[in-house]
Amino acid sequence: MRWSLTAIALAFIALFLCLPLLLIITAAFAKGWSAYWSELTDHDTLSAIKLTLLTALITVPLNTVFGIAAAWAITRFEFIGKSLLTTLIDLPFSVSPVISGLIFVLLFGKQGWFGDWLYAHDIKIIFAVPGIVIVTLFITFPFVARELIPLMQEMGNEEEEAALSLGASGWKTFLFITLPNIKWALLYGILLCNARAMGEFGAVSVVSGHIRGLTNTLPLHVEVSYNEYNSVAAFASASILAGLAIVTLILKSFLEWQQAHDRA
Amino acid sequence: MNTFYTHFLKLLLTIALISTATAQAADVKLLNVSYDPTRELYQEYNAAFAKHWKETTGQTVEIQQSHGGSGKQARSVIDGLDADVVTLALAYDVDQLYQKAKLIPEDWQSRLPNNSAPYTSTAVFLVRAGNPKGIKDWDDLVKPGVSVVTPNPKTSGGARWNYLAAYGYALKKYGTDDAAKDFLKKLYKNVAVLDTGARGATVSFVEREIGDVLIAWENEAYLSLKEYGADKYQVVVPSVSILAEPSVAVVDKVASKHGTEKAAEEYLEYLYSKEGQDIAAKNFYRPRDPEILAKYGKQFKALNLFTIDEVFGGWNKAHATHFADGGAFDQIYSQ
Repeated sequence: MRWSLTAIALAFIALFLCLPLLLIITAAFAKGWSAYWSELTDHDTLSAIKLTLLTALITVPLNTVFGIAAAWAITRFEFIGKSLLTTLIDLPFSVSPVISGLIFVLLFGKQGWFGDWLYAHDIKIIFAVPGIVIVTLFITFPFVARELIPLMQEMGNEEEEAALSLGASGWKTFLFITLPNIKWALLYGILLCNARAMGEFGAVSVVSGHIRGLTNTLPLHVEVSYNEYNSVAAFASASILAGLAIVTLILKSFLEWQQAHDRA
Repeated sequence: MNTFYTHFLKLLLTIALISTATAQAADVKLLNVSYDPTRELYQEYNAAFAKHWKETTGQTVEIQQSHGGSGKQARSVIDGLDADVVTLALAYDVDQLYQKAKLIPEDWQSRLPNNSAPYTSTAVFLVRAGNPKGIKDWDDLVKPGVSVVTPNPKTSGGARWNYLAAYGYALKKYGTDDAAKDFLKKLYKNVAVLDTGARGATVSFVEREIGDVLIAWENEAYLSLKEYGADKYQVVVPSVSILAEPSVAVVDKVASKHGTEKAAEEYLEYLYSKEGQDIAAKNFYRPRDPEILAKYGKQFKALNLFTIDEVFGGWNKAHATHFADGGAFDQIYSQ
């Protein structure tokens, strides 16, 4: 029984995880290493990689700070509207990414609420980099907070209160008491946040405007290249994304291992 | 840990270097918002235009491209996508820029020759090698057992041309609107998959191998031959089809804000030049210039072409009767 279950699980993983990955790699190298390399170093691909990294570099730190602040507020204080805030944090999870994108078009688009004002002041948000960053910020908002809230609830605040009563400042308490306790969950949340920030397609597609070499992120670039019959470019970009995903997975298992090690 | 930081810093530095390298500012920057099947055409044309502009004005020009479904692209420009020029699948989509946002004047279509359509195309059939189902004309598409691939006219500009081509053929042959609707009912019953866009339909037909015949734009059909091999497919030209006129326009409000009116106007006018027309023909669009058309005569088979104004009274009317909610297409497809 144990063996057959394991076999089923392994076959499933091979079929639905390893095979597609293998397919990406073979398609990327279908025309050889040099074709792969020249597609990767193509101006449009490079700019897509750059934009994807830039978006992650801005959104992940911001959402880390927001996530900690939100988790802290929810688990350490009592205030009116607390349950509403907890629900709101989950909003980006429950709304379809396309709708998330459209919300921002309706807000900042030329026909939107702030459209006239933005246009008059020559500020571009939608169909430009700020729009992509904003929707990614929205989409990846819950990851860090969601990881921290259950842990911090479970932890309780005895240690922090002890530190405070011994005269430590709030900042010092956070740095030396709270942070060491939540660090693994925090890193895990950051990792998930980063993975989504780099991989998001739907919402970004709505606000990007698809200007090649300018507002195409890696996932969008994959689609564009594929539609142009340029499958080497499409799968070369896909292999970069897959590579990022694998690095994330390795880091994740490392973190889990470290965490188990820490507790023991 | 120190080495990690140095590596990280190096990476950041590289990214910064790439950014500055790509940021060599051109004198003029244009954004051309276009639809799906023109990718290859404008890739070639942009290079030619940049050369032409450099020779006549001494300025460098950089043209950025955005592609997508024609209707969606028009919507994006209305919502603020900063297009200096639009080159869309049909006049109706360009007209929305006037109707919804007054980005262009009402008479935009008369500003350039030939209804502002520098090249044309038509709906033809792409069939599998040897034409196993013996498809020659529109009548063969409604036969039982023939599986047709065409995109959804609700979302795809190209699909509207396909629909109207079939409708115009049936109207000519059978005389009445009822008979034409009946004909289309049979045709859409044979449709195996309604993709949202023209490229999606092509991919369904050639890569997923769905269907016996793809109703496609002539340029898209020949491009598939080029990309996937002329031994695998062949193009069948029907006896009658529609003259598809993809329209172009300078988006005045955006161009005047960017100060790019001159370059944007010349960008579109140069499409009518010998070189522009030649590039269009090379990419399988029918050129307007008779001389260039003659040069590529073999590629473009003569057939009976009707315009949308002749048969349907223009795009606004055709849209209202056929593609609006509850219009003829909804009636045809729901039954």
